[in-house]
Amino acid sequence: MLDKSPHALTAAVAADAVRSGRSAERGVVYVYEAPVRLWHWINAAAILVLGLTGYFIGSGIPTMPGETSDNFLFGQIRFAHFFAGYVLTLGFLFRIYWAFMGNPHAKQIFYVPLWRKSYWREVWHEIRWYAFVAAEPKKYVAHNPLAQLAMFFMFTLAIASMIVTGFALYAQGTGNDSWQYMLFGWVFSIWPNSQDVHTWHHLGLWMIVTFALIHIYTAVREDIVSRQSIVSSIISGEREFRD
Amino acid sequence: MGGAAETFYGVIRRQGITRRSFHKFCSLTATSLGLGPLAASQIANALETKPRVPVIWMHGLECTCCSESFIRSAHPLVKDVVLSMISLDYDALIMAAAGHQAEAILEETRAKYKGEYVLAVEGNPPLNEGGMFCIDGGKPFVEKLRAMAEDCTAIIAWGTCASWGCVQAAKPNPTGATPIDKVITNKPIIKVPGCPPIAEVMTALVTFITTFGKLPELDRQGRPKMFYSQRIHDKCYRRPHFDAGQFVEVWDDESARKGYCLYKMGCKGPTTYNACSAVRWNGGVSFPIQSGHGCFGCSEDGFWDKGSFYDRLTTIKQFGIEANADQIGMAAAGAVGLAVAAHAAVTAVKRLTRKPGRVAQEK
Repeated sequence: MLDKSPHALTAAVAADAVRSGRSAERGVVYVYEAPVRLWHWINAAAILVLGLTGYFIGSGIPTMPGETSDNFLFGQIRFAHFFAGYVLTLGFLFRIYWAFMGNPHAKQIFYVPLWRKSYWREVWHEIRWYAFVAAEPKKYVAHNPLAQLAMFFMFTLAIASMIVTGFALYAQGTGNDSWQYMLFGWVFSIWPNSQDVHTWHHLGLWMIVTFALIHIYTAVREDIVSRQSIVSSIISGEREFRD
Repeated sequence: MGGAAETFYGVIRRQGITRRSFHKFCSLTATSLGLGPLAASQIANALETKPRVPVIWMHGLECTCCSESFIRSAHPLVKDVVLSMISLDYDALIMAAAGHQAEAILEETRAKYKGEYVLAVEGNPPLNEGGMFCIDGGKPFVEKLRAMAEDCTAIIAWGTCASWGCVQAAKPNPTGATPIDKVITNKPIIKVPGCPPIAEVMTALVTFITTFGKLPELDRQGRPKMFYSQRIHDKCYRRPHFDAGQFVEVWDDESARKGYCLYKMGCKGPTTYNACSAVRWNGGVSFPIQSGHGCFGCSEDGFWDKGSFYDRLTTIKQFGIEANADQIGMAAAGAVGLAVAAHAAVTAVKRLTRKPGRVAQEK
């Protein structure tokens, strides 16, 4: 990790140069540290499993033929869901820890500087860029301001509420004396009828599906159009500015 | 109805049980509880001297299904509850007295057993128009409720009406029907939801209070833990079919005849806390799922306002159309997917048309 500091330095210079409108040398910045990358892919896999199994749990599966005691498919789907839920939760807790331990970029998905005027100006520029009005995108080392907004509300908050509602629903099975109920039972003080919690949990699924669509599309698009690496960055950790 | 001051001993003597048998009962109880030799006489003393718990049973906006359920209790028989265990001083439905005579009992009990009687409320008070939608004994029920609640030890909120509001509190709730715990806030309230609650749950609760002289442990929602700690789903005899993935797909299909899980038919067992699948109904004969129909979730908050009884997701009306979370979510994700595709197409076209310019710029 030590050899990265000169890298970061040149990167910051390059990024500043780009932001101030001057053309820069091809710069490479180390943005996503190894733990963040590892978390990203484990998290993505967990979400894939959770989304698919969750959909089946919510809507049911076609009836299994044969003797009841020969089948345990729905039980296994639920097990996969709970297992992936634990992976996601532990990953999320680790990610919060890494927000404090990692580089400054690691904090970015956990807040939005709503109070900063310059932030909103840059969001507006991003909106103009995506609306094909602005000719050139601004270059950012980590997430652009609009991405940060989407990341925070559609991912960080959505995942947090999925963890809370998910564990609350899980506590219904583990019982009122379980630690899940001790920690998350308060959800039922807000929605006494757990059917409402199910409803929110389903809405959360679709929020995350929508997020994934936008996330993957913009990552691929910006990789091509914005003259900077995006897709390979979450594999190598390095962001390359191509001009 | 019998005077409230009468003891358990007095009542059973009146019913023809000898003093000898009574002492045998006390010895047996002490022995079976593993208590010492003196306990038998202590139990006898308690039963001889402790007056029975006076109970006032009031009816607000309700359909009387709670009472209908209550009188069908098999274990214990409701006659034992009403005639021996408690002193049911007032219950407009089944008492002999009527009119002013009946109303006088309320005042008498309130004065004589101040802070000692249990107030059982079936139904709830409507608060709109000064409570005029439910007049009982010449005045709004809510006034009567507040007056009687002032001097009671605890309130039993019978049924979903008293616990959550039920059908009269369903949107748009024209009468302003309000559950008991939103009206009386300074007394312990035991919620016994269900439409109606299970007969045995009702009588068992009364038995518990009279036997131990205290209120049962309540959960976060104020329901007795002993009957409302688990969902219908947790004790459902069709649960193996759920875990196996064997579901009824349409009414009266092969799976329905085989008695498979009703999850896909909108059974609300997984979101409903009640004892139906353990205690069952009509003396343990059956319960809805056993009869081939999914659970309604009648003991849950706002069960009338959660959309269809045959849908496991709440109908969301905020969007102007009636749809559930999955339909809305799928539509949103689909719209975003289309938008993404369109955006990608525009991006591609822009790029293709801009290319010559870009090359020129680079030169």
